[in-house]
Amino acid sequence: MAALDQFEAKEGVDQETVDAVRDVSTYKYGWNTDIEMEYAPKGVNPDIVRLISDKNEEPEWMTEWRLQAFDRWTGMKEPEWAMVTYPKIDFQDQYYYARPKSMEVKPKSLDEVDPKLLATYEKLGIPLKEQMLLAGVEGAEGAPAEGRKVAVDAVFDSVSVGTTFQAELKKAGVIFCSISEAIREHPELVKKYLGTVVPASDNFYATLNSAVFSDGSFVYVPPGVRCPMELSTYFRINAENTGQFERTLIIADKGSYVSYLEGCTAPQRDTAQLHAAVVEIIIEEDAEVKYSTVQNWYPGDENGKGGIYNFVTKRADCRGDRAKVMWTQVETGSAVTWKYPSCILRGDESQGEFYSIAIANNMQQADTGTKMIHLGKNTKSRIVSKGISAGKAQNTYRGLVSMHPKAKNSRNYTQCDSLLIGDKCGAHTVPYIEVKNNSSRVEHEATTSKVDDDQLFYCRQRGMDEEEAVALVVNGFCKDVLQALPMEFAMEAQQLVAISLEGSVG
Amino acid sequence: MALPELKHSTTEARLAALDLPTGGCLDVARRAALSRVQTMGLPDRRDEYWKYTRPDTLTAVEAPAAAVFESGEAAMFDGFDRLQIVFVDGVFDPDASDDLSLEGVSIERLIDLKDKDIHWSKDIYGVLEARGQIPVERPLAALNTAFATDGVVVHVTGTPSKPLNFVYRHGQENSDAILHHVIKVDSDAEATILENGPAASRFNHVIEIDIADRGTLHVVRSQGRDHERRAATHMFARLGQESVFKSFTLTVNGVLTRNEAVVEFLGDDAVAHVAGACVGDGDFHHDDTVFVTHDAVNCESRQVFKKVLRNGATGVFQGKILVKEGAQKTDGYQISQSLLLDDDSQFLAKPELEIYADDVACSHGSTSGAIDEEGLFYLRSRGVPEAEATNLMTLAFLAEAVQEIDSDEIAASINDRLYGWLARRG
Repeated sequence: MAALDQFEAKEGVDQETVDAVRDVSTYKYGWNTDIEMEYAPKGVNPDIVRLISDKNEEPEWMTEWRLQAFDRWTGMKEPEWAMVTYPKIDFQDQYYYARPKSMEVKPKSLDEVDPKLLATYEKLGIPLKEQMLLAGVEGAEGAPAEGRKVAVDAVFDSVSVGTTFQAELKKAGVIFCSISEAIREHPELVKKYLGTVVPASDNFYATLNSAVFSDGSFVYVPPGVRCPMELSTYFRINAENTGQFERTLIIADKGSYVSYLEGCTAPQRDTAQLHAAVVEIIIEEDAEVKYSTVQNWYPGDENGKGGIYNFVTKRADCRGDRAKVMWTQVETGSAVTWKYPSCILRGDESQGEFYSIAIANNMQQADTGTKMIHLGKNTKSRIVSKGISAGKAQNTYRGLVSMHPKAKNSRNYTQCDSLLIGDKCGAHTVPYIEVKNNSSRVEHEATTSKVDDDQLFYCRQRGMDEEEAVALVVNGFCKDVLQALPMEFAMEAQQLVAISLEGSVG
Repeated sequence: MALPELKHSTTEARLAALDLPTGGCLDVARRAALSRVQTMGLPDRRDEYWKYTRPDTLTAVEAPAAAVFESGEAAMFDGFDRLQIVFVDGVFDPDASDDLSLEGVSIERLIDLKDKDIHWSKDIYGVLEARGQIPVERPLAALNTAFATDGVVVHVTGTPSKPLNFVYRHGQENSDAILHHVIKVDSDAEATILENGPAASRFNHVIEIDIADRGTLHVVRSQGRDHERRAATHMFARLGQESVFKSFTLTVNGVLTRNEAVVEFLGDDAVAHVAGACVGDGDFHHDDTVFVTHDAVNCESRQVFKKVLRNGATGVFQGKILVKEGAQKTDGYQISQSLLLDDDSQFLAKPELEIYADDVACSHGSTSGAIDEEGLFYLRSRGVPEAEATNLMTLAFLAEAVQEIDSDEIAASINDRLYGWLARRG
């Protein structure tokens, strides 16, 4: 892509960063890792649920919890209200558990992990060695001289490969490990919080996830602790015909703070693959959680062949007063996205924020948004959503703002803007607004427009080609959201915005 | 696909209590509508389109009783030079009505069509309603097409000298009226229709409007003040090239009102404005559901809805702008706002955009909140008493919707009614 070929590094940015950025072209994560895998038999039934539980060496109560969820799931119907269409999913024609053979005996440390797996993450630019920092950031403008540390939990198909910086985090009292490990090592915490934000009966995909989730991340930040580094989980789907069902549980105890990053990629395949995750966040009094996602699952080819079906339930519960949560998402991948990160503002003066960029190109379909449920007094929420459609893609913002009678003096501001590039795509807005008291103020604004001709002309006049100009205008359109991302992600996201739109002009 | 058990039994019970009128050119349309109702089933609270409004009293076999309200004030458009067409409990009253002849327009009763095999209204009656069933079902409108017992078919051929005024009087406590009007506006013709009154204890009203190229139609209605009345109204409008359609609805009181407007642009360069103001106190549920489809180039649509609510009143707005592929240069605007005068009232909104064309400018806004304290303070600091200041602020809030009415005279009379409502409540 022209914009990247002519990429000129600013002074002080080393060659490695420049290369890393240049590499971010089209879908560069489409390769797969040739590794011996161990699968559970295809399909889902109580035996598979037991098998997954067994593989994770879970206690009896956990197995029971899963089985109850499975029982519920068999009586549930797939939701059809989203503005997405896809062939009917055969839930029995999927593998629900796949792990690299080499992970059969749990490695004691990262040094024992199969080098092939380590190489996979290295190739993805995910640092699994603690001395390494996130690629493309080192020395970048604004980064502290010693570099920024990011602890990573790497999930490969159904299992967590390893978690870095565990020792250093432990010193601060922070628990950061895979959820399977947490179930074994910290059952009291898991038992207390799991399923309290997203109940096992929540919705079709969340219930399926409750039954068959294989791994994911667990974070506990004790009272008053500011997590010393950013935490990050990197999800990789590798095996074919395998669904990934990860479960993330984050608990920020009183007065604590944590910033959490999530990234995801998958190989390029002809058949669609299922991904149904659940993220639960519990935020106690005066605590704050930032959750950032760059979702870059394989989107399918330009004719809509293959790609990931991404059905995700994410919810944060601000339980204590003055609790604060911020969701930031950049959704560029997946063939179908069905995702509504939500905030329950239970504590008085709690705050929820949602910043989203959803880009759909070619045949992609995205139906995404948020729910802000105001229960406490003086609660505040802010929604900024930017949807960009190109090619033949459909992009929908769907959201709910609800002010309960007791949520006095609360505020909401919602802005959702859509940008259309090309005359074959669609952009839709479906907000629900429910106001049940009069001291609260709710404002919703939405606009839909095309890329401004004057702005394009201005850029072209200064020597940019059309694609570059569109990318620049689109980046400007997304600025509000990009600024809310942690620096590590902002750079990648900015490039992704340009890349996802490649070929959409002319 | 078979209907769910409850929906099926509700629908069958309602249909069994009604007689399908027969004879004449509308037979086919009525039978087709009946079959639509049977397929769709009548709405129930599980339907997404009825998420915020409970339809059970609208679909029940018997209309719930509603006392006839004697306000003592003159009917809404009494002072106007108009042609009056009066319906009492949904039945045309020839004695109370004016002579139906007026230059530039022909007016016939719907039931007189049962003796006619050929009539222009055949191309509109039930046709626009059927088009309006996609993509969202409106079973109460289909029920109306099948069973409407009265109404008028109006053909506007020129520019009548005065507006037509449909007056809906409420006579009996248990009346259940199903009225259906058809309005056809020819090329370059222009007319104004005024509607007022509660009509009945329960009112199912459909008006189908077909405007030819460069035609213009204004509709202003004021729904009656009877506290216990219920109404489900549907307005289906189809617009030709360069045509203009403007509608405004005032709602004061009424325990349940669901006003649906379905507008479709088929010709380029047309304009449609749909507006409404409602003021509700206590046991009041008001639902504005609007669906605008742009299927032509360079059309302008505006939806402006304002609601003032107090003492536990509920306001609902469901609005949608659908821009089809190729409907370039569309200018779509939608605003829904509520002013909650106390903590018991609520506003529920679902303002939607669905857009498949890139060269468009569409926007919507929705707000809800209390009276602006600063504005109130400003007025009070200038010596305006608090009650008066609140009323002024409320009227100012409603003004944007009232301004959608082109005629100053009509707008002024609407403002009078609004002020009357505020004054009565002190």
